[in-house]
Amino acid sequence: MLEPILLSLKVAIAAVVVVFFVGLAIARTMAREEFPGKNVVESLIILPMVLPPTVLGYGLLILLGKRGPIGSFLLETFDVQLVFTWWAAVIASAVVSFPLMYQSAKAAFAGVDISLEQAARTLGAKELRIFLTITLPLAWPGILAGLVLSFARALGEFGATLMVAGNIPGKTQTIPLAIYFAVESGDTDAARNLVLVITLLSFATVFWLNWWSRKKLQVWKKGDSSHVEREHS
Amino acid sequence: MLNVNIHKRLPGISIDVDFSVTEGILVIFGPSGAGKSTILNCISGLQLPDKGTISLKGKVFYSAAEKIAIPARNRHIGYVFQDYALFPHLTVKDNVMYGIPSRCKAGGGFRMTVLDVLEMLKITRLQDRYPCQLSGGEKQRVALARALMVEPDLLLLDEPLSALDHGNRKALQGELLELQRIWQIPFLIVTHSRKEMAVLADEVLFLEKGRQATFSPAA
Repeated sequence: MLEPILLSLKVAIAAVVVVFFVGLAIARTMAREEFPGKNVVESLIILPMVLPPTVLGYGLLILLGKRGPIGSFLLETFDVQLVFTWWAAVIASAVVSFPLMYQSAKAAFAGVDISLEQAARTLGAKELRIFLTITLPLAWPGILAGLVLSFARALGEFGATLMVAGNIPGKTQTIPLAIYFAVESGDTDAARNLVLVITLLSFATVFWLNWWSRKKLQVWKKGDSSHVEREHS
Repeated sequence: MLNVNIHKRLPGISIDVDFSVTEGILVIFGPSGAGKSTILNCISGLQLPDKGTISLKGKVFYSAAEKIAIPARNRHIGYVFQDYALFPHLTVKDNVMYGIPSRCKAGGGFRMTVLDVLEMLKITRLQDRYPCQLSGGEKQRVALARALMVEPDLLLLDEPLSALDHGNRKALQGELLELQRIWQIPFLIVTHSRKEMAVLADEVLFLEKGRQATFSPAA
């Protein structure tokens, strides 16, 4: 019972790390740059969110399978096979949860006033410094929300994972898969326990996010205007 | 000495100006939509003109013919934005220090310390506050301090007084004049108020629909 839980956490964390960095880079570009075909690219990025997971699983199988373009390349050059490994589960979770991260991060970046970045430029700051000291901190609440949502989504990933990673206990059997196969084999006790665990985990994640975003009346966000009022009254 | 000779096309308006400033305060005066802010943006390097040249103290910042465009961060031009553009997540002190390169913080290579500048603008007591805890006039002073801390060769101010109430406006007008005397660098101030122009200007650039109407020393 512990094995699928640990594996699920491991897969979800790995997927979210990938999604975080790739998501930030792409979201930042899409929020600030204009280029031909931007709408098409944007739609492609969002697509995994609306497609059935089985379609993604099928697509990943085609790409990563022994005869697929990526799969055959990896097999020939590095003698590595992704399908039906832990890594396939990570890739499936990452693909499925990517749009959540992307959308939150893009909205967060777009919400940062461009004139703040402009001001930093006139003060002599380089682009990387501006990103790290101005854009990222100001966009952080939205980015963190995206991070949490994509973690929760990665944790619950079932369809695509089953297709590309299979159901190998101890290797690729995450909580959702373990639940499905426990029910199928009539092991309702195991299924119930896992259901409780993943429900609690997901609830805690979402609850924390809600609590945190309500609490984020950090001084600079909502503003503690008491000083000003006191002075002017 | 600042030399500006630029042409820029924007949707609905095209800007053509040719002027130079050696010292004192040049007021760029014109109705809204006349392209005043665009001129400041071009000088600071935040926007690129289509044609022309911009140079300051003999250094070419922009030249269409020579394909030169120095990025904003290397121009040493202070810019006080119309909405102040203070960094909301940083304290007043951190805002003011943002432009000081870290090597200078330790080395003390700058003429004035942060405290001097804060003191001069009467915002020392505000240094640990966040921008949202400041009044309009205080925000304006912080923005001024931040721009001056980097010891610019030129200061651009976009409608610096328009968001202030009457009392604050009068006070800041006086301070701007004094600051310019102390700092000894040219100020370029954009405004659409005749009163402000009359009080502040050593020279005036009248702008109408992107065209330079006249450029003459104020009477």
